[in-house]
Amino acid sequence: MTKEQRLKKRHAAEKRFRLYGVTSILVALVFVLILVNNIFSKGSSAFMKTVINVEVFFDPELIEIENGEPEENIREADFYDITIETLLKAYPAKNLDEENELIDLFTTDAEIEIKKAFLENNNLIGKKINLEITASDDIDQLHKGNYPRNLPEDRRRISNFQLKIYDNLLQNNKINKNFNNYFFNNGDSRDPELAGIGGALVGSFYSIIICLLLAFPVAVLASIYLEEFAPKNKITDFIEININNLAAVPSIVYGLLALQILLATIQLPRSTPLVAGITLALMTLPRIIIPCRASLKAVPPSIREGALAVGASKFQSVFHHVVPLSLPGTLSGTIIGLAQALGETAPLILIGMVAFVVDIPSTPIDPSSSLPVQVYLWSESAERGFVEKTSATIMMLLSFLIVMNFIAVYLRQKFEKRWN
Amino acid sequence: MNFVLIFLIVIFSSSLFFYGKSKTKSISIERNIKLNALPKFYGYYLVLWSSIPALVFLLVWSLFEPVIIKSIIIETAANQGAIFNDKNEANLIYEKIKAIHLGTYFGDIDTILKESAISYSKFLNIFTNSKIVLIFVTIIASVIFSLKKIKNNNKAREDVEKILKGLLFVSSLIAILTTLGIIFSLLFESIKFFSVINIFDYLFGTNWSPQRAFIRDASAITAAEYDELRDAFGFVPLIAGTSFIAFIAMFVAVPIGLFSGIYMAEYASSKMRRISKPIIEILAGIPTVVYGFFAALTVGPFFRQIGESIGLTVSSESALAAGLIMGIMIIPYISSLSDDVINSVPQSLRDGSYAVGATKSETIKQVVIPAALPGIIGSVLLAVSRAIGETMIVVMAAGLAANLTINPLESTTTITTQIVMILVGDQEFDSPKTQSAFALGLTLFVATLILNYIAQRAVKKYREKYD
Repeated sequence: MTKEQRLKKRHAAEKRFRLYGVTSILVALVFVLILVNNIFSKGSSAFMKTVINVEVFFDPELIEIENGEPEENIREADFYDITIETLLKAYPAKNLDEENELIDLFTTDAEIEIKKAFLENNNLIGKKINLEITASDDIDQLHKGNYPRNLPEDRRRISNFQLKIYDNLLQNNKINKNFNNYFFNNGDSRDPELAGIGGALVGSFYSIIICLLLAFPVAVLASIYLEEFAPKNKITDFIEININNLAAVPSIVYGLLALQILLATIQLPRSTPLVAGITLALMTLPRIIIPCRASLKAVPPSIREGALAVGASKFQSVFHHVVPLSLPGTLSGTIIGLAQALGETAPLILIGMVAFVVDIPSTPIDPSSSLPVQVYLWSESAERGFVEKTSATIMMLLSFLIVMNFIAVYLRQKFEKRWN
Repeated sequence: MNFVLIFLIVIFSSSLFFYGKSKTKSISIERNIKLNALPKFYGYYLVLWSSIPALVFLLVWSLFEPVIIKSIIIETAANQGAIFNDKNEANLIYEKIKAIHLGTYFGDIDTILKESAISYSKFLNIFTNSKIVLIFVTIIASVIFSLKKIKNNNKAREDVEKILKGLLFVSSLIAILTTLGIIFSLLFESIKFFSVINIFDYLFGTNWSPQRAFIRDASAITAAEYDELRDAFGFVPLIAGTSFIAFIAMFVAVPIGLFSGIYMAEYASSKMRRISKPIIEILAGIPTVVYGFFAALTVGPFFRQIGESIGLTVSSESALAAGLIMGIMIIPYISSLSDDVINSVPQSLRDGSYAVGATKSETIKQVVIPAALPGIIGSVLLAVSRAIGETMIVVMAAGLAANLTINPLESTTTITTQIVMILVGDQEFDSPKTQSAFALGLTLFVATLILNYIAQRAVKKYREKYD
């Protein structure tokens, strides 16, 4: 091999090596794109729901109430007959089977929706109104194009008769898409068209607030102690080793800790944001302490010495000068820690947040779900409608995380002082 | 109740601030002495002394009150003739009594329950009253003590700082408390588990099927039942599945992470670094349940389709899908750590290599990487510990049945999956099945601890070498 050939070979190796590097980075970037694209293309349709326009006639003979009755009476009144009557008018059905199939096109909450329309305008007895009633999940998925209609009938959830009704309604412009308020306002439900993340949102919110209230002060105080006051001795070393190890303990172990100590020993209520918040706080604590200490360390010693030189005590130099200067780093570290806590699932599953909770929690000691746990729960469901709901929940979760991380970066870039 | 008490304590003690401040001012004027600290520090001194003892007392009291009341109630119920065979039944009866007291119980109430409920509300009353009285006494005592100190013109600033320093120290102790809590809660149940199941049967058994271990009374097992049990808790399939999936993950993550780390550190322009590094780190910020969803609903079925089209049977919950996605998740951990490590290799080493005519890639391969090796190995070990502790991806995508296999297309299970499966839903405490989850947790905790310790030592050693 001549010198030139060898050199050529070495340069080719150099190029190959660079190519490996670029490829690896590209692979990672492409994966981010695929993931985000996959979630968004599946989930964005969940923010709309399919509604079917029907004509409701509040027949005085089918309702036991009169115009202008007090609200409680209406709430207790039976709207079932009116609902059935209304739904059956949407398309002529010949026999009982067909009638049932027709009714199945609408959500199981159709009665509640009609009652709500009645409540909004109290004197509708004997009148006719046009009302948009939420369609059942199957029709919803069909209308959004998520559900193939060219399968043989026995492999479809929708019968041929239902398809015929759907086409007929579509031709008469009776089917529309509206903003899906249920998705944001409702709790969990077995029916995908009624299921929402309202409960999970509130549960996550409470958990994160409790986590913040517990973890932030303790983490800041602990890092101030370790960075500014701790004497160099065995105890301090031991605490430091502990914190570093805790930050790397798998999150599921914190779930076991919470199960044994918080639920079995102290007997706090299961499945509640309170327990979730405490568990997440224990888990987040070391993850906040580490960036807090780094930001304290970044404040140059001259600041401390300057304060001491004009007669401040050690405490005053730390609390009046060092801590305020380290605040941007501390806050951004805390927010990033909280963002991690917000996406944490495994420990929450162990403390029972997987329970099926329909009601939206009003206090932190009501049973509730949380956003990531809701994702887990829905992804286990067989109904097709839950796939788009899960993806949409992930979209919500990711957007919260993006906002939090953005705030953290902004805080650091805007307020942090550079010392050199 | 407690919230009201805390609120009152806080209000009371903060109002003492103004009292302390003005009081010391007037003392200094009256006696014409120079104060040892600014007046506000006397205020702080009073605030701290009047609130902290009372709050600590309240905390300790609230931790122990339910436990004590429960044991008293259960004992009196037993004395009155209530029959319960084990702890679970006792708990059930206690819950019933509580529900009767709250008026939310609608089942049959017999006389024993009724009496117990009455004594429960009686005890609750006694405890609440004595709590309030004792807190009151605590506050009075601590206020008298601190007022006396103030009147003697103590060095209030130093005293306040001492108390605050104590508070700071206590906060940093919470990390130790958490560790202790983890160790004790895991050990406590694991010891119970290992008193039933021989530890060697656990460590070397090749069959994991805890759902078979449905045994009413763990303390009295027959020989036949024990044989059944011994065979149900074999750890080998779990550690095999866990390492197998972790291996697949590292197979994906190490080359990609390492090469992108190298490229970022050695080749990339600062502009490219600024853009691509945060994007790669997005991968670390995505919640794992999202990866799990993606692996279970998109990647798994995709692999099965490919498998079908070339005539392979691929399980829809395959080790391959879980491992691949886990690998992607881990890329940023390896890339950013190895990026840091490579960046801290001194420039002089590179310059020396260039000086003898090496190309950039030769320098990296033969000088930089060997120099950075301990740090790189450390980062890989950290990534491994993350992979074996990862839960949601494997729960959602890797399968539940424990089968001993090295076929990546079949489903396998992991330690974390089994913990979740055992503990999800209703559990009976004191059954070997539930306890086995804690034994698994302990195993996991010890394994990750060892890996982290070695990794941190490696990285630290390496840093010291070039600092």
